[in-house]
Amino acid sequence: MGLLDKQFEDSNIVITTLDDLLNWSRLSSVWQLHFGLACCAIEMMAASASHYDFDRFGVIPRPSPRQADIIIISGTVTLKMGIRIKRLFEQMANPKYIISMGSCSNCGGPYWQHGYSVLKGIDRVIPVDVYVPGCPPRPEALLEGLLKLREKIRNESLAKKKL
Amino acid sequence: MKTEEIFQNLKDKFGDSVIELNTSMIEPYILVNPLEVDKISLYLRDNELLQFNNLMVLSGVDDANGKKNADDIIEGGTLSVYYHLESTILNHIVVLKVSTPRENPEVASVEPIWKSSDWHEREAYDMFGIIFLNHPDLRRILMPYDWEGGYPLRKDYKSPEFYQGMKVNY
Repeated sequence: MGLLDKQFEDSNIVITTLDDLLNWSRLSSVWQLHFGLACCAIEMMAASASHYDFDRFGVIPRPSPRQADIIIISGTVTLKMGIRIKRLFEQMANPKYIISMGSCSNCGGPYWQHGYSVLKGIDRVIPVDVYVPGCPPRPEALLEGLLKLREKIRNESLAKKKL
Repeated sequence: MKTEEIFQNLKDKFGDSVIELNTSMIEPYILVNPLEVDKISLYLRDNELLQFNNLMVLSGVDDANGKKNADDIIEGGTLSVYYHLESTILNHIVVLKVSTPRENPEVASVEPIWKSSDWHEREAYDMFGIIFLNHPDLRRILMPYDWEGGYPLRKDYKSPEFYQGMKVNY
């Protein structure tokens, strides 16, 4: 990744690009908004627990959107909740990312036809970075989604527009 | 006490307000007048032989027994409310039913009699649009307060295109 491979002989100096430094620091501490909606939230909690240990990627649940970098939409989003999620997302500081977890938040899931109260996909309200399929996805799948997000953050640049 | 005996008891007391006894179902029910159901309920709760102190569930039903017009909207027919009552003292149950016209669905509230019916009646109002007269706080309970898309569990329900800028249908 170009951060640690260009050391001088002097042990306390590292040369890198600003992009790499920023991306490295961002992807290494993606604090998530502590926010669960439905059964996917149970899997999200399992991913946070010791077996899968989200913490090793710097994913720490935060109770306030002001302190959070990512929001994992974990479950069925009702129309009522859609408005509130939009508000929460707007309250987060940039740069901010969204993982849509599970069929419900991807496209409405099993409620796609008769779910009169269900929003058919969170991407109708806020822009999604990574979609994780499954009903609900296993913790491994959510982990894979997070790794994809890390990849995305790693390739960002100040000069280029956000992907 | 059996439903038949309860029906006879109510018939003697309330006359025409108690319409009929239907035993063709697995669970027999007593059909009563929607505007008198509060008085009948009070009697069911307070009479020594009945003592129905628990309203187990209150459910709304769309009978969909009207005629569909060109726009697939049902005209005429009835909406119904079922009351499943239990006496924890005498250990017996009974089912009450009221049917009310679809165009003007008004039912007397039993909220003063069984407090548990407060939210049940709000739900029936929210999902079917049944108006419970004298309910202290009849507003939507599940759908958003500013929902104008109609009553979702009616058989002729069509969801609105947008709610607060969000597309509703898939």
